[in-house]
Amino acid sequence: MNRTVTIEVKQLDRVVIRFAGDSGDGMQLTGDRFTAETASFGNDLSTLPNFPAEIRAPAGTLPGVSSFQLHFADHDILTPGDAPDVLIAMNPAALKANLRDVPRGATLIVDTADFTARNLKRIGYEENPLETGELDAYHVVPLNLTGMTVESVKEFGLTRKDASRAKNMYALGLVSWLFQRPVESTIDFLQSKFAGKPDIRDANIAAFRAGYNFGETAEEFSVRYEVKPARMATGTYRNISGNLALAYGLVAGAQRAGLPLVLGAYPITPASDVLHELSKLKRFDVTTIQAEDEIAGVGAALGASFAGALGVTTSSGPGISLKSETIGLGVMLELPLVVCDIQRAGPSTGMPTKTEQADLLQVMFGRNGEAPLPVVAAQSPADCFAIAVEATRIAITYRTPVIVLSDGYLANGSEPWQIPVIENLPKIDPNFTTEPNSTNDKGEPVYLPYLRDPETLARAWAIPGTAGLDHRIGGLEKEDKTGNISYDPANHDLMIRTRQAKVDGITVPPLEVDDPDGTAKVLVLGWGSTYGPIGAGCRRVRKVGGKIAQAHLRHLNPFPPNLGEVLKSYDKVLVPEMNLGQLAMLLRAKYLVDVVSYAQVRGMPLGAAELAEVIGNLVEETAGIDDDARHLGEAAANLTHGEALHIEPNGLHHPEGAR
Amino acid sequence: MSTVDLGLPSLPGGLRGVPAATEPQNRKEYVSDQEVRWCPGCGDYAVLAAFQGFLPELGIKRENVAMVSGIGCSSRFPYYLSTYGMHSIHGRAPAIATGLAVARPDLSVWVVTGDGDALSIGGNHLIHTLRRNVNLKILLFNNRIYGLTKGQYSPTSEPGKVTKSTPMGSVDNPFNPVSLALGAEATFVARTVDSDRKHLTAVLRAAAEHRGTAFVEIYQNCPIFNDNAFDAFKNPETRDDAIIPLVHGEPIRFGTDGRLGVVRDGFASLAVREIASLPNGEADLVIHDAHTEDPAYAFALSRLTDAGVLHQAPIGIFRSVDHPAYDDMVRQQVETSKESQGIGDLQALVTGSDTWTVN
Ligand code: SF4
Repeated sequence: MNRTVTIEVKQLDRVVIRFAGDSGDGMQLTGDRFTAETASFGNDLSTLPNFPAEIRAPAGTLPGVSSFQLHFADHDILTPGDAPDVLIAMNPAALKANLRDVPRGATLIVDTADFTARNLKRIGYEENPLETGELDAYHVVPLNLTGMTVESVKEFGLTRKDASRAKNMYALGLVSWLFQRPVESTIDFLQSKFAGKPDIRDANIAAFRAGYNFGETAEEFSVRYEVKPARMATGTYRNISGNLALAYGLVAGAQRAGLPLVLGAYPITPASDVLHELSKLKRFDVTTIQAEDEIAGVGAALGASFAGALGVTTSSGPGISLKSETIGLGVMLELPLVVCDIQRAGPSTGMPTKTEQADLLQVMFGRNGEAPLPVVAAQSPADCFAIAVEATRIAITYRTPVIVLSDGYLANGSEPWQIPVIENLPKIDPNFTTEPNSTNDKGEPVYLPYLRDPETLARAWAIPGTAGLDHRIGGLEKEDKTGNISYDPANHDLMIRTRQAKVDGITVPPLEVDDPDGTAKVLVLGWGSTYGPIGAGCRRVRKVGGKIAQAHLRHLNPFPPNLGEVLKSYDKVLVPEMNLGQLAMLLRAKYLVDVVSYAQVRGMPLGAAELAEVIGNLVEETAGIDDDARHLGEAAANLTHGEALHIEPNGLHHPEGAR
Repeated sequence: MSTVDLGLPSLPGGLRGVPAATEPQNRKEYVSDQEVRWCPGCGDYAVLAAFQGFLPELGIKRENVAMVSGIGCSSRFPYYLSTYGMHSIHGRAPAIATGLAVARPDLSVWVVTGDGDALSIGGNHLIHTLRRNVNLKILLFNNRIYGLTKGQYSPTSEPGKVTKSTPMGSVDNPFNPVSLALGAEATFVARTVDSDRKHLTAVLRAAAEHRGTAFVEIYQNCPIFNDNAFDAFKNPETRDDAIIPLVHGEPIRFGTDGRLGVVRDGFASLAVREIASLPNGEADLVIHDAHTEDPAYAFALSRLTDAGVLHQAPIGIFRSVDHPAYDDMVRQQVETSKESQGIGDLQALVTGSDTWTVN
């Protein structure tokens, strides 16, 4: 077909695109592929997968809708975007479930195949929304994607059902064309993924190409878009999700310490991918034990640490609750142990696939007795790598369990990552004790398992198999130095204080504050996955002229040494969290600073625009500006980027898929 | 049995991989400097003495013995042995020992536990350790009572047991630990008695040499809270009729003057009969075969134990079969992976295949 309309190429600085369909429609895979294409093109990006906990909720229903949002740009970005510029909806339920997030003026690419009276009625549409005019505020591109997919794979002789399953690849092909994405990697991916099923492989590749060619030749679209590669720091990059980065970071930490890694874990959303990834890495001296329960998972890890390996356990909030007693034993035994809590919405089973950061107080205090331990938190998907290495360093150096906090948003989200040089990561010294370290009253050499390094207060760690250093440790209170059972009151007090002092004394880098000209009166302080949204909110406020300082905590216990000073140097400190103010409580208790808590617990990341509004208002309030005279927050929240993305159809719609 | 060739020796020994002692050892070397704090007359003393006497005979390096216990009177055991030891938390010793055994094939790993520790709070870990067949040895001190918490009924107490928490008598149906272990298809299951040092030592040795999980129930008297729970097995007047001795390859015959024996009885079950009443006399007795692959046989034997107050029970090795050990297979996969894919190159791994460079 020869085009009669020339295609214009429009430049955009950034785009937010969301794929939505049934859980069985392969939306996560489609999003992953579009992300890979976008990453290899060199854009900065950030992703937000969002899916139901049910593996296959009933098809065509609202609870069964699964989506994947991707934000990509020609500059560095911090979040997966508050609202999509383009929504690809594969059925009526996907349209209905996602429409409230889509701003007016955005584009809706809708597969019309399932818009039957019955399907519409099932989700509460009395009439077809594509025909009632209720979508007039949007740019709607109705296409029979399923019909065109089936047509494009005819030659493979698949059943209609099997043929239509390639519709996600057809849609991917089309948007790949629309945004000028490189397509080779997706074809290679399909080749290898379906290598064992040639007809499925060929059908998917054919559907993908057909979608691409439809954009190219069909005159449906007059515009293509270009988002130039981002200007990022020089180096080699890849795209990486939080859970994969965490798995790699744990292996890197173990390797830098020269220890084998033993993971004990029980399947749980959203942590299971760490178990899956580590299970593939046996050749890196990684052993994984899928235990009978959460308690056995951490037990096996602690047993491995006693043996002289790096014991690791991975879970989410409900599992951490079960592991608490064993973690407390680890505190008493003073053995290295890395405990990863990939937080999800709670309490109890909560919303397993939704994100939250409400386990902070649990991991800080959720053990019997005075049982302090270090807590670190990743701030972005790629940061999960560095934070895992840091946790390993602390665990081994100080002989202590360490909690790593991530969450569902970081775990499944992804972003470009400047690949580190493993050799340049700091070495970690397990410093095993191999000789007696003291003498007894008779002057004979002895090993004292609780003799400490005066600097770090780390105890002397001898592992089984070391001749002459055999010893017994356990959960009963230890006598100082010897580690023998002791009920002595003064000794107990000493040991409690010593364990606390050891954790308090862990070296942690000072907190860095981003305060561009040093004149801000308000500081926004966050921790964990709110890093991106807070950063994006601050940028908006600065763009409209507000002065704001930002800092983010990666170490939550102990806090950075300068934190108290930082808090006191601002008139107001805003602490946004996806919980009811847990960090705010810790800061108030420790520093007597009346921080302002901004708490939202919706199972979704905070939005950049909502934060911009809160920050802007606080900046003006601090400056003494009256409620009704304030404008900064609103201006920052309403900032739009460049021109709205209008996919201009040519008025040649064939809603019923005439082709 | 597995049909996969796992490259394991055909006759695995529980101590394979553990370095041998270079010099003869004696009992004293295994006695730690800690004061033993069990009540006078506690059955734990006898087991400890037997254990300290038996370990030197194993001929392995002392520093390669690791004891892991849970919580309870018997779980103080590791403190009294000069080996590596961990006194862990209630019920979790099998899980912790699994990590230890997986990480270190050069250790002889022992779990010391009790009826409450292993069968109540830690029941899940026990059955999963047994089904996996991890190479560790579990000594379950069964005194049929909670001692350390001062005398509540345990999961092995007889129905009707009056204790502080059951003033009107317990209505719980008890576990038979040997039946439970066999239900989990444990590869080595034995029962012995604290007071019979010779038998105890023989069972411990067989357990040590078994590759895989060895489960040993030890009838242990708690003179403070449950005295004489095993009196039938100790009293010279009753013990001949109480102990059903299991000796591999021999007919199961016992009782005063050997008048009793075990015969097959109906579908997959066994019964005790007077030999005089049997049509073919002794020829009708079951010849004990601990190597019987089907655990149903050993299970049937275990059912000869009284369910309530104990008057009669088989003592000895119920089952001893060779199956691949979990930790051996886990380590084998690591080795196979290194052989087939090469030792991991972490830089290549983190770099992956889809990269781009910004200049
Ligand atoms: S309470 Fe019973 S089991 Fe515990 S030490 Fe005393 S006698 Fe032994």
